[in-house]
Amino acid sequence: MTTTTLPPGERTEPKSAPPQEFTDRARSERRLGWLLAGPAFVVMLLVTAYPIAQATYESLFDFRLTDPANRSFVGLGNYGVILTDPLWWQSIWVTVFITVVTVAVELVLGFALALVMAKALSAIRPVVRAAILIPYAVITVVSAFAWQFAFDINSGFVNSWFAWLPGVSENTDWFGDRWTALFVICIAEIWKTTPFISLLLLAGLAQVPEVLQEAAKVDGASWWQRMRKVTIPNMKAAIMVALLFRTLDAFRVFDSIFVMTGGANGTESVSFLAYRQTIARLEIGLGSAVSVLLFLVVVFIAFMFIKVFKVDLSQQRGDQ
Amino acid sequence: MSRREKNWWIVGGIVIVIYALFPIAWIVSLSLKAAADLNNGQFLPSDLSWENYSLILTGGASDLFLPALRNSFGIVLIATAISSVLSMFAAYAIARLDFPGKKLILSTALAVAIFPVISIVTPLFNLWRQIGLYDTWPGLIIPYLSLTLPISIWTMSAFFREIPWEMEQAAQVDGATTWQAFRKVIVPLAAPGVFTTAIIAFFIAWNDFIYGISLTSTSAARPVPAALGLFSGASQFVEPTGAIAAAAVVVTIPVVVLVLIFQRRIVAGLTNGAVKG
Repeated sequence: MTTTTLPPGERTEPKSAPPQEFTDRARSERRLGWLLAGPAFVVMLLVTAYPIAQATYESLFDFRLTDPANRSFVGLGNYGVILTDPLWWQSIWVTVFITVVTVAVELVLGFALALVMAKALSAIRPVVRAAILIPYAVITVVSAFAWQFAFDINSGFVNSWFAWLPGVSENTDWFGDRWTALFVICIAEIWKTTPFISLLLLAGLAQVPEVLQEAAKVDGASWWQRMRKVTIPNMKAAIMVALLFRTLDAFRVFDSIFVMTGGANGTESVSFLAYRQTIARLEIGLGSAVSVLLFLVVVFIAFMFIKVFKVDLSQQRGDQ
Repeated sequence: MSRREKNWWIVGGIVIVIYALFPIAWIVSLSLKAAADLNNGQFLPSDLSWENYSLILTGGASDLFLPALRNSFGIVLIATAISSVLSMFAAYAIARLDFPGKKLILSTALAVAIFPVISIVTPLFNLWRQIGLYDTWPGLIIPYLSLTLPISIWTMSAFFREIPWEMEQAAQVDGATTWQAFRKVIVPLAAPGVFTTAIIAFFIAWNDFIYGISLTSTSAARPVPAALGLFSGASQFVEPTGAIAAAAVVVTIPVVVLVLIFQRRIVAGLTNGAVKG
């Protein structure tokens, strides 16, 4: 044991009622349960399961909306076309790059913000809390525009403020080059979504038992030791949930790219590729296949998190 | 805490506030620049000008911006209301009743929450064109439910678990039916949780961009983020920077007001739904 956690028994979990006999009351409770929860359940299925099934079906056809007469069954042909196309792999790497960079930075930054909020004096806590919620609540498109205009070669102030940095000058065109464009996209994403992570981590921090902290302090553990051996192990669940949600969210990145570069200069994400095929080019078959592939990748990531990292959401989220 | 340490945490708090507000300050500042001043390369305008606001509220861009604002409010509020009602019943059942399939409902909500929106848009785009929902309010309200329902169900069930349910049993002992106990006792206790969840759902639907640009084509249903993203200015020679900045400020006002009034609840709602249970 190198880490210190309380045994599970000492956490108070709500206990479910003892198993009931199959009485009339139990039966009517079941019926009422599905009666109440059913509509929400059905709506959720209708707005997601049905479209993805439809997309899977359409992905098997060569089908362009402008040319409906020539719709033909091509089996897995669309998938072959996509998986051998460098554009697909480029968009995958762009998406992976943005996801890894933003989630890694957000985790560290979010943890720092959570620590400050946890320690902030009660006088300034409401101010800090309200401030941190603003990036979360602001529309992604607005955040993307704000950062785009800030870095823009004409309307921006970044070039004149940071002209002293090597490589930055009056004429630096941040969106004309792939890596500088991705850099700005990542900044915008990080600014907007770090607060969400930091609030989840703050809630996790609050669940670290104070007794353990005190005990470690009495034993002479340094701040860093307490952080590594007590705080982080005890909030591992919160960290994993935050990671899972942000990773899946980051993988769908679309809005910022649309606003900032329109996918130019090799900054296209997978979502953007799917959008361009379907909505802009009306290639329903190809676009559907990209959508299905993206869906499969997301399912795979979620599966990895839940199986490999053992993120137990049902326990986390309190399914009794 | 020593005085020194205290000061450091205060500095940390100030840094957070600057971090959070800096881009907002920038877009406000940009929106107050006159056209000739837009490219001055400075953070602040040389002179305050309201011309960008008059452009989007009464001027040439108002026939693009005002309908979009109306669409956004209408569509988002209706979607939020529907998902709040549906998830209120669902969350009550999940938090309170014992029935098989509870786990299935929660897992489904989770799966829907992680669903890539673009995978839904592609088939909906096609279907909506066939059945006439393309570019209409219901055509956006329905997919918005896929954004708002899952988080509403999770968040509300978390809130509902913290309600003192003995009061419901007490009412039932006094002769109330399950339904009456729900309506007369639980609804007043649950209202704050429902309200908080509705705010979070509102934020999420208000933020939508992909559905907005994909499933609409005119100002009949196009919401603000989509209108902003596709806004190209009065003519192709006029850069729309100032107008976009002003419109961005206008659509940010409602969320800032909600945050300032309900910050404590929003934090509780966000963390309740995700971490506790």
